[in-house]
Order: sequence, then structure tokens, then C-alpha cells
Amino acid sequence: MHPFTLSRADDPARAIAAHAHDPQLAFIAGGTDLLGLIKDRAAHPTHLLDINGLPDMARIDALPDGGLHIGALARMSDVAANMEVRRRFPVIAEALLFAASGQLRNMASMGGNIMQRTRCPYFRDDDDPACNKRRPGSGCSALHGLNRNQAIFGWSDACVATHPSDVAVALSALDATVLVRGRGGQRSIAFADFHRLPGRTPERDTVLDRGDLIVAIEVPASAEARGSHYLKVRDRQSYEFALVSAAAAVATDGRRIRSARLAMGGVAHKPWRLAAAETALRGLSLDDNDALRAAITRSFDDARPLAHNAFKIELAQRAALRALQAAGARA
Amino acid sequence: MSETLESVAVKIEVNGDPRTITVEPRTTLLDALREQLALTGTKKGCDRGECGACTVHVDGRRILSCMTLAAMQAGKRITTIEGLERDGKLHPLQAAFIEHDGFQCGFCTSGQIMSAVAMLAEAKAGWPSAATADVRRPFTVADLTGPEIRERMSGNLCRCACYPNIVDGIAEVASG
Repeated sequence: MHPFTLSRADDPARAIAAHAHDPQLAFIAGGTDLLGLIKDRAAHPTHLLDINGLPDMARIDALPDGGLHIGALARMSDVAANMEVRRRFPVIAEALLFAASGQLRNMASMGGNIMQRTRCPYFRDDDDPACNKRRPGSGCSALHGLNRNQAIFGWSDACVATHPSDVAVALSALDATVLVRGRGGQRSIAFADFHRLPGRTPERDTVLDRGDLIVAIEVPASAEARGSHYLKVRDRQSYEFALVSAAAAVATDGRRIRSARLAMGGVAHKPWRLAAAETALRGLSLDDNDALRAAITRSFDDARPLAHNAFKIELAQRAALRALQAAGARA
Repeated sequence: MSETLESVAVKIEVNGDPRTITVEPRTTLLDALREQLALTGTKKGCDRGECGACTVHVDGRRILSCMTLAAMQAGKRITTIEGLERDGKLHPLQAAFIEHDGFQCGFCTSGQIMSAVAMLAEAKAGWPSAATADVRRPFTVADLTGPEIRERMSGNLCRCACYPNIVDGIAEVASG
């Protein structure tokens, strides 16, 4: 890795000021994505600020209204093992367990997880191929290259990358909010707004500015959260990013859907909420696969495959249906 | 960019002994253990957090030392493969790997054993895995099936494909 200096933050206000002041400064928590990016020469911070000592940022608690508070420094393992999370928001626990490996889950923070950058092989290539995320303006090698793992929704000809986080898909389905402290004080960002589409500026993954520190992720109570499930489809049985994934959550009256949440991973630059499908699913029977599938298809009108990933359209629809059925069995 | 590399002295505990290492900020825990402390039992397989050969324990938890900065470990309790034996007696998992022929070239073996020791502690603590049928229910070590062991060990690759024997060794210790 290139040389960098390292110091430890003891106060959030000073950490934020340091980050705002120095564009070459990076926060480090678990370091599982940052150090990989540095090794791949996709990130070049000259100073690392260890934020692990910042107070009160690792707790996992129920909120008074029945929601969930997850500190940004809480480790993936601890959130996944937490019985509150497992019982009341099982899709979150499952999404975490299907990610990475045991060792990585012990190291990786929740804040870092939603900040992780794409696994597009061109972005991660230390031979520095054309990649508008690595070097704005250099082009997108994946657009007409090897794009089997890239997006089917929301891509632009500047970037076709997908967001690799599993738990982000679950958080998207459950309308989480990201609590951020920055130069202007504390604010709450709706999860749907946190990650960007690439547009013409794919070098920016999120809406965060310099000086922004994620302090927590909060998940509101909902009728659907208990009846939820995460399904991940990948080439290997374990320890691999998704081809497609689905986070489903349903509230039911017997076998009839009252309301549903559906978000997909592996298909876009951000978790992809199937809003049209969710509307169409209301009132349908969980025993009517044809109707359920037709409802899901409503969210695929704007799917645009690349040369090597057209299979993702059918695969995503099947994954969504299966996730929905599993969620329904829990509702 | 300045080429000055400021080294820092970091006090850690390794295998029960207090040690001080002097490292650049960019030095990984893996390199510090191997190069400075001559604890070469921990291996560098991929240096990218993808193979698990570098697995050690920090404060009892399994982590990847190649993706960990040594300078961030001040005050931590590190355990390497060298630290598993007690008074010349092998840890039960080490003995099980020999008994069940759980290695060929041996390169992944330290990481496999370190990962398995901590994995069993995680299972005893009731942690579910992606192989667990229903994460909403409590989990106990009695629920550790072959598929559960495989899933929990999926962060440790073995190119010699000793997996069946590794799983057998772990299963024996888990049931004991």
C-alpha cells in the first residue's frame, strides 16, 4: 500500500472538521473495503483517521416506537447475531449472514458496509483500465466489455456498476434512514436517497459531502418487518457477491397480501425498490404464483440489459417471487 | 507527496505476552506478526481478504490480519496459531486436523484452525449463519450440521480440497 499517516479520533466534531478540511483524509472503521481499495490503487488517502474510538456509535437498540437503532460502528456479526434483529427484522439478519465471510463480518462496520464501493472488476483493477469511477472522464470499460455482473436498471453509458451490499437491499426495503453528522449539524437521509445513480458523475456513490460522518442507521417499525426474508443468488454456494438478490417483507391477512416491500440487489448502482410491483401485489393471494409473478413484472418495464446480463431480468423476477413466498410464510 | 514514513511503537499482547512492535501506519498486522515477531505460522495467501489463510484472533474474534493495520491494534489481545497449544499439548482442533488428515500442503491450515476455533465459540454463543433454516429461533452448538460448518468456514479456502476432512475434524471437536 502507499504510505499514509494514521491518527485516532476521540471527538466527533473534530473528526468531522478534519474530514471537511482535508480531501485526502479517509475515515477508517473496520477497513475491510478501504484497505482493499488502497491495495487496488482505487483509493489514495494520505491520512487515515481511526474512528473506532468515537463514543456511543456501536449500540444496537430497539427504538421506543418499535423500530431499530443500529450504530454505524456496530459490526455486521453483532447485528446479525442480535435476537431483536433476528426476531423482528429477520431480513436484516439474513442479509448480513449471506454477506462476506465470518472473519469479515467480525471486522466490518455497518456504516462502512453501506459505503462500500462496487466490485466491478474494471474499477478494482490496479492496472487502471478506463473507469469513470477510478478516473473521471476515462470511460467505462464494462459498458461494452465483460458486464455479466453489472446493472440492468438505472445505468448510464458513463457507468454500469452495481452496488454490492446485501444489507443495503434489506434497509432499502424497510425504508431505513441514515443519521449523518456533518458541518451543518445532524441530519437524516432516507435510505432511498442515500445512494446515487451514476448519471454523468459515477465517481460519486452517495450523497455524502466532505465532513459527513454516518453515526447510525435507523429502521422504523412496520407491519411488514417481521414477515421478511433475504434471498441471494450467486454462482458459488457461499462467500461471493450476488448475481441478484431480493429483500421481501409482507403484511398479510391469512394468505392475502395487505402490503409488501420488495427491493433487489445486484441489478443497479443502488438497491432497487420495486415500487410498481409493491402496489400491484396488494390484495393478491400468496397462493397465486401467476398473479404474483405478473405483479412483479410491472417493475421490469424499464429493465435494460447489457450484452452479457440479460439473464438477470428473468432471474431477478424469480428471486423476487421466491423471496416473497418465504417472507409470506413468516408473516 | 512526502516519502517520509513515520513509524510508531504499538503495544499489543500476542499469545499472552506483552510485545511492542514498531510499524509504519500502512503495515498490516499480518506483516508485523510474520516479519517483526517472527510468528510465521500465519500465512499470506492472497493479501486481499479473500482466502482466510491469514486468520488470527483479536480479542478472541477471528479476523483477517492482511486487512488489518497493526498500528490500530494498541492494547489488543492477539492470538496466532503458535498460541493455541498449552504446555506442549496441542489444542483439540489441532489434534483433530491431524487425526482426520485435514491438510495436504499445509498453507491454509493455520488459518483453517484459527477460524474453526473462533467459529466454535461463535456457535456456542448462539450465532446463526446463512445455513441456519430459521434465524428467528435460538441457535445452539447442537445445531451445527455439516452444512452449517461448511457455511461458517466458507471464508477459508483450501486449494488442496481437504474440505471433507476439515469438516470432519471440526465436527468431532464440536460434538465433544
